[in-house]
Amino acid sequence: MIDSVLRTVRLNKSFGGLIATNNVTLEFERGQVHAIIGPNGAGKTTLINLLSGDLLPDDGEILFNGRNITNLPPNKISQLGIGRSYQKTNIFAEFSCYENCWVAAQSRLNTSMRFFRPARQLKAVLERTERALELCGLSSRRDSRASAMSYGEQRQLEIGMMLATEPELLLLDEPLAGMGSEESLQVIELLRRLAADHTLILIEHDMDAVFSIAQRLTVMVNGRVLETGSIERIRSSQAVQEAYLGVAEDAV
Amino acid sequence: MSALIRSMPLLAALLALVLFPQFGSEYYVGLLTRIIIIALFALSLDLLIGYTGLVSFGHAAFYGIGGYALAIAFQDASVIPLWQALPLSLAAAAFAALVIGWISIRTSGIYFIMITLAMAQMFFYFFFESPRYGGDDGIFLFLKPVLMVGSEDILKLDQENNFYYFALSCLVSSYLLLVMILRAPFGKVIKAIKANEHRVRALGYSTSGYKLVSFVIAGTLAGLAGFLEGAHSGYVNPSYMSWHESGVCIAMVILGGMGTLYGPIVGAFIIVLLQNFLPELTEHWQLLLGGIVIAVVLFLPRGATSLYPRICDLIRRSRRGEREPQETADD
Repeated sequence: MIDSVLRTVRLNKSFGGLIATNNVTLEFERGQVHAIIGPNGAGKTTLINLLSGDLLPDDGEILFNGRNITNLPPNKISQLGIGRSYQKTNIFAEFSCYENCWVAAQSRLNTSMRFFRPARQLKAVLERTERALELCGLSSRRDSRASAMSYGEQRQLEIGMMLATEPELLLLDEPLAGMGSEESLQVIELLRRLAADHTLILIEHDMDAVFSIAQRLTVMVNGRVLETGSIERIRSSQAVQEAYLGVAEDAV
Repeated sequence: MSALIRSMPLLAALLALVLFPQFGSEYYVGLLTRIIIIALFALSLDLLIGYTGLVSFGHAAFYGIGGYALAIAFQDASVIPLWQALPLSLAAAAFAALVIGWISIRTSGIYFIMITLAMAQMFFYFFFESPRYGGDDGIFLFLKPVLMVGSEDILKLDQENNFYYFALSCLVSSYLLLVMILRAPFGKVIKAIKANEHRVRALGYSTSGYKLVSFVIAGTLAGLAGFLEGAHSGYVNPSYMSWHESGVCIAMVILGGMGTLYGPIVGAFIIVLLQNFLPELTEHWQLLLGGIVIAVVLFLPRGATSLYPRICDLIRRSRRGEREPQETADD
């Protein structure tokens, strides 16, 4: 019996006639980096959207630390300690880098329904913001307008905002997408550091990155889980070879 | 630009407004009182349009409710105590905003515009077709509110100058109140909602609560403006709530510069002054007014008040030699 932080039970989601998530039952072990791979259209992002509450499943269950979170809205799920970053950069474009992280850090107050004291006097939020900026490597870019930063930096900010909410479980949807090799290495280094005291669920097309960080892999094809297990097991799996890794060149 | 230079025109304008009754005739003090009231109305809408990203096309409903609450409760009274009348108007507007907001914030974008418009129209026709409340003739008030302590009159609003200063202090304190809440944690959240509501929810905020509170604050301040207008003109009628009034309010916010707080105040001055003086030039003044609004929107998309920082910037750059401004974000 593994110590699972998150568990899905027969999760289903379809859009019209398209079955995006088909009977997905998965367990994510505490403290591990669990990568989800598969060709485009395999349903990886849909699965993440179900886990983060951005989408509601048609049926099935999601359990986080034993608690049923299946039908909770994204804000409740975030408050329970699940943070996510988006594949398509999803930031406050006209805010400064610092303000982006600030809004994220402030979400951990009991309530932001505070009307009198200036926000900048909140020390705990200030510290969280600084830590997140430091972690994602954007301390020197704090005053830059987010929309004026490079694409790679916006991706870093995306991760920084997630970290500012101090989650226990991180859902990362292609954190390396569109990054240069230099920036990629930085982010991989960051993910490795985060893996020390977080659980990570990672969607990524960069196989080198996946094999270097992840301890467990799940291969999805057409909304279904094809195989799940340790890296060795996936590498030696006949089904995966045939269905995915054999034709992986176009997806890398 | 330093904070001092940036706020200089604001302080100069405030000083001019404070001193104006010493020099201006009673007619102009009365006109200026009206503008200040309308400016407060536009200021309140800026919280929604400029900061929360809620384009309400029914803001006049709260303006009207503020006025009607005063008129209905005190039309036959022999004295209107300010400390009863004012809270009543504010509470009525706040309650209406709570109900209308609770329903409307479930929608967004064009649907939000339509539903707020529809709600305001319902109130408009309710009063338009209620003989009890004067129907389309409205209600006259023959007295002005009085601030009393014990049986002592502290402030009588039947003197034009007194009313002027009362309205001005309402505008200034509302402005400062909004500055305060926009700097507080609440303000950070609503600005983020305007920028990207989906992300705010993903960060763990229940956005609908914040939008509703913002809607109620804006509605209450609009109710304050309606209270002042009803008390000042001594006449409340359904046109307070007409969609035309909501539309002009949006125009003031956009014309002056939304998301600035002072912009809508300037916008109110421009539009009311033009409405007053253009008809002396031509009978087609509405055409001229429309042209001016279009020109400002085309050439100053961030509003008339964006002219000042632009000029300051030009002067500074010409002094230092031509250089592009740095790409940094405004706070």
